[in-house]
Amino acid sequence: MKFRSLYVVAATLALTAVSMQQSQAVEYDLTVDRVAIDIDGETTYGIGYNGASPGPVLRFREGEDAVIRVTNNLDETTSIHWHGLILPYRMDGVPTISFDGIAPGETFTYRFPVRQNGTYWFHSHSGFQEPDGAYGSIVIEPESREPFRFDREHVIILKDKHPHSGDRIMRNLKMSADYYNRKQQTLGDLFSDFRDKGIEATVADRKAWGDMRMVPTDIEDVQGFKGLINGKTPAQNWTGLFNPGERVRLRFINASAMTYFDVRIPGLEMLVVQADGNNVQPVRVDEFRIAVAETYDVIIQPKEDRAYAIMAESMGRSGYAAATLAPRDGMKADTPAPRTKTPLLTMADMGMDHGDMPGMDHSKMQGMNKGVDHSTMKGMDHSKMQKMDHSSMKGMDHSKMQGMSNKADDPFYATGSGLVPAAENGGRFLSYADLKAQKPRYKLRPANREIELRLTGNMERYVWSINGVKYEDADPIRLQYGERVRITFINETMMSHPMHLHGMWSILDNGNGKWNPVKHTVNVNPGTTVSFETEVDEPGQWAFHCHLSYHAAAGMFRKVIVEGGPKSASTSTIN
Amino acid sequence: MNSFTRTITLACATALAALTSTTASAQSKGLVYYGFQMEELEYRAGDEGEKLLVWDGDAFIGTDELKLRWLGSGEQDLGEGKLGKLENRLVLQTPVSDFFDIKGGLRYDSPDGPNRVYGVVGLAGLAKQWFEIDADLFVSEKGDASARLDAEYEVLLTNWLILTPSATFGIAATDDREAGVGAGLSDIEVGLRLSYDVVDRMISPYVGIVYERKFGKTAGFARDEDEAVDSTFAVVGLRLQF
Repeated sequence: MKFRSLYVVAATLALTAVSMQQSQAVEYDLTVDRVAIDIDGETTYGIGYNGASPGPVLRFREGEDAVIRVTNNLDETTSIHWHGLILPYRMDGVPTISFDGIAPGETFTYRFPVRQNGTYWFHSHSGFQEPDGAYGSIVIEPESREPFRFDREHVIILKDKHPHSGDRIMRNLKMSADYYNRKQQTLGDLFSDFRDKGIEATVADRKAWGDMRMVPTDIEDVQGFKGLINGKTPAQNWTGLFNPGERVRLRFINASAMTYFDVRIPGLEMLVVQADGNNVQPVRVDEFRIAVAETYDVIIQPKEDRAYAIMAESMGRSGYAAATLAPRDGMKADTPAPRTKTPLLTMADMGMDHGDMPGMDHSKMQGMNKGVDHSTMKGMDHSKMQKMDHSSMKGMDHSKMQGMSNKADDPFYATGSGLVPAAENGGRFLSYADLKAQKPRYKLRPANREIELRLTGNMERYVWSINGVKYEDADPIRLQYGERVRITFINETMMSHPMHLHGMWSILDNGNGKWNPVKHTVNVNPGTTVSFETEVDEPGQWAFHCHLSYHAAAGMFRKVIVEGGPKSASTSTIN
Repeated sequence: MNSFTRTITLACATALAALTSTTASAQSKGLVYYGFQMEELEYRAGDEGEKLLVWDGDAFIGTDELKLRWLGSGEQDLGEGKLGKLENRLVLQTPVSDFFDIKGGLRYDSPDGPNRVYGVVGLAGLAKQWFEIDADLFVSEKGDASARLDAEYEVLLTNWLILTPSATFGIAATDDREAGVGAGLSDIEVGLRLSYDVVDRMISPYVGIVYERKFGKTAGFARDEDEAVDSTFAVVGLRLQF
């Protein structure tokens, strides 16, 4: 009997230990506050967490439960969305879709199991609080060993801080859509084009754009921001330390409202090891472009005892963020002069079926039509595409177009796109096509159906939409629990859109089959068609939208309803 | 109020009610916008010693689908200290194409001459090659029909220094002797303004030159009143946008 009771005690203890382990929770308290933000000595006001913008770095370990109490000290409703986290939808933090929002004075407790690892971030999903400063980072340690080694790490969170509030920016854009575009072609550009391209070609080019009432400089529709790294301007110089020879992991997060950054560390190669929190087969690059809301983890190995600059220039070259990596505090790296040459969109970025260009029907292009299996597109020869005779495009002297000399074989850019980036040092620039999953997250299986979403908009009216319909007028997208759906974006606008599906992973089809990388944000460049697949494995209601704040607010947004599935899974954690 | 005015007022009130209800439902989604701009707010010095204060502005509130817009312009004679022209339009506008809105409403003129109420329908938008167009048809309470076409173009010398040529044409179908307008092409105004965006696009001071001319019967009416048929002005002013 004694033995038996001992056994019971031991078993109880063991069970308690196991259950303790299972329910071990990491708790955080966050307050949402009006905060002062110091921009080079000038104080602006915005919204932050625990009294600061950016908010803190929240650290978790895979397998733990997260308990985050959020107290709203604002006089308006707030919310926090855990960007990229897979969780019960009631915890996703999108007012009117997942919950009611957090009323002024109220404390809301988010509680969810942490089922993934990597670099993520969080931000408000209410109004324009996120552009106004309500953002922070999340680092999740893996349960098991990572397939790469590093000695220390830094979170590098990028932001475009604008002197105007989000509300004011939106209103100004609605009044005149080019309010913040100060990179438009001028009379001087006209004369230099006369000189460089000839009057006839220039006039034809201007006429083509003028007929469409569009401009080739509409790359960044909100300019005039200050680029921040970890909340610091280039002058305020955030500094991360390293010992020469160490392998340093940099967790890049683009928490911008509107800005894509081209990131490089002059003098160092970067080894990309994660994209959107998922391990990828390491790729050595000299520079990479990070779309709004994406994350990339890179490993660098600075060997010299000197400061290195992290240089993050906006895609349209209207602003930049910079910081220092140094062996000691107080050092400042020489920041390279920002590149001033603004890229120009080309007719290729217009989707090529606009206006009256003959023979440019996208749906008929070989290898570009819907349902195509990208995995078989290896070495797709663009020059052989039917009906793609560029030379016959009215008024388009391609040979003289800027940016036309760049490699045009990246399927994630339209052939002849003016947006194809090139590394400043002539080296390797990361492409989506380079991303291969380290380990497939899901079994490869064919999608049971495809949903085509055209990314649409009216630049002049600053209206953005999907399939021509704004969010307020749109029906939700309905998915069935357990299915595998292929989502195909056809970008009919002249801007890049970082499309973010909440709650479920986006398996980007970049032609690598079962090694296709798994992401939470899929960038779609102008004039391109991009597909991803999703395993519909989370019941509930989810947001699905362009992550450019003002595009989302103007209507490029959808509600996704996952029908069926274990109801308990979605409701068990409702408070 | 005559019956014409009453009809138009009623139509406007109905439309306003429609707008308010749209606004109410859209408001929950935060999609009501408003804005104000003074395209011209300027001092004009004429070649015959005229000194005028001239303004032309508009304000709107509404959604992407329906806006209520006020458009007001006027002319104050600083020499004689009296209003030369005062025109206010209240219109509802809604998109009819990617780049154009149709608008309809009321125009009320109350210069130092006789007051006039007009019904207005018009088109406003951006034509090919970036011409900003505003075209209106007016029918006055007396039954006189007229039209006006405004066109404007911006030449970017830099992204802040902007040269803006503009032209306005007035055409009338019938004579309105009291209002001083005769049938046919009645008047034109062409302007050239050089502005600089000092504070964002909020405040842009400018200098420029404006030429006005009356034609045909309208010119005749002006001569009868001892008014100038054509004038050239040097202008200095501010463009405002909030």
